[in-house]
Amino acid sequence: MAILIAIPVIGFVVILQSAVLSQVRLLYGMVDLVLLVLVAWAVRERVNTAWHWGFIAGVLVSLVTAVPAPAVMLSYLLVTGGAVLLKRIFWARPLLAMVMAAIAGTLISHGVSQVALRLANIPVPVVQAFNIVTLPSVLLNLLLAIPVFAFVSDLANWLNPKEIEI
Amino acid sequence: MNSSRSFQTATLALVVIGILLLALGGYLSPLSRYALAPFIGAQTWLASRYQAVRDFIYAPRDVALLSQQNARLEAEIARLQSQIIDLQQQNTQLQVLSALLDFASSHPENEYLSASIIGRDPSPFLYYVIINRGSDDGLRRGMPVVSSQGLVGRVAAVTANAARVQLITDPGMAVNIRLQGSGAEAVLQGSITGELTLTSIPQEAEVQTGDLVLTSGLGGNYPPNILIGQVSGVRQSPVELFQTASIQPIVDFSQLDIVLVIVNFRPIDITPLLPPSGAP
Repeated sequence: MAILIAIPVIGFVVILQSAVLSQVRLLYGMVDLVLLVLVAWAVRERVNTAWHWGFIAGVLVSLVTAVPAPAVMLSYLLVTGGAVLLKRIFWARPLLAMVMAAIAGTLISHGVSQVALRLANIPVPVVQAFNIVTLPSVLLNLLLAIPVFAFVSDLANWLNPKEIEI
Repeated sequence: MNSSRSFQTATLALVVIGILLLALGGYLSPLSRYALAPFIGAQTWLASRYQAVRDFIYAPRDVALLSQQNARLEAEIARLQSQIIDLQQQNTQLQVLSALLDFASSHPENEYLSASIIGRDPSPFLYYVIINRGSDDGLRRGMPVVSSQGLVGRVAAVTANAARVQLITDPGMAVNIRLQGSGAEAVLQGSITGELTLTSIPQEAEVQTGDLVLTSGLGGNYPPNILIGQVSGVRQSPVELFQTASIQPIVDFSQLDIVLVIVNFRPIDITPLLPPSGAP
């Protein structure tokens, strides 16, 4: 169930990202809602389908972006891995894990994209890209991290209700 | 006895007639005003109390009626406001389509297919848009895309019902151009900030701010003479082989909603003609 529901949820988020959020920019950075949903899902307790969600996000985002598909897939899987790792470190503080994973995930995602674009002979000045694209994107992702975490938490609780000992 | 009664009756009749005549002549008005004042006051008081009691009894029904009318009118206002917004959108779309029609009429050698922009690339490093036309509509990879102002980009990937268009502002984009003023040819390049730069301008070319930038048609990727923008600044250094210039695009890419795809243009692949890398 948690895997199946990933397709409509991430599909909707990808549409929202492409149609609306891609036009909302801070300097030249933009929020990555797919990444935030993925991270929020991965840091939740009782969630063991994070890798599946990462894979589905990679596939769906590959359909709309011009970044090479393997780079998108690698990027989202690395982000998922990072979030899962942070969940283990900050197991008692999922919100802190979410914030840390949002920052780290944005940096990983942008780093992988830049490497992929360089391999495709697309000139991307690293320092300029970090200053005017990556840093504003980190800030935007941080701003949206908590609302997304609350929304995904509700979804996770609905899909994986807490077991009550009788 | 009878004559006495007749006299009394006649006197009474005369008095009554006299009073009536005085009243009709208006001579009794001050008297009647003072005489009627208490009655009018009493009647006013009674009428106002009656109205208050009547309003108290009937008011709830009126309030219900008024609230129903209010709700109906609010719904009507909402419907009309929605209609106004629809009409404004249609008007805006009509203006855009009219401008596109003007552009198409001014370039009758091309066949156009209009498409709406339905999405943008989620990567902040790239400038691509997604349009609602695909291979089912006859779109092919490499077809040029224009707006009513000028060149927008080219089709980079196609699915059955949608296509991805690489904008000229994308960092991976390179367009061969010609400067209208000097006739010099150069290469237009995008960047991660969406700014356009001209490179490979020969040092001897006289480039002025305000010169128009048009496609040259070299390379076979775009039809010639499509407007791109104008030169907004020139950088020339004697130690460099070429000049560079910054370009102000004619198309406002942030407001782009509808575009035209030139469907009768087939890009030419000159890759086999290029010398292999590392060749002398």
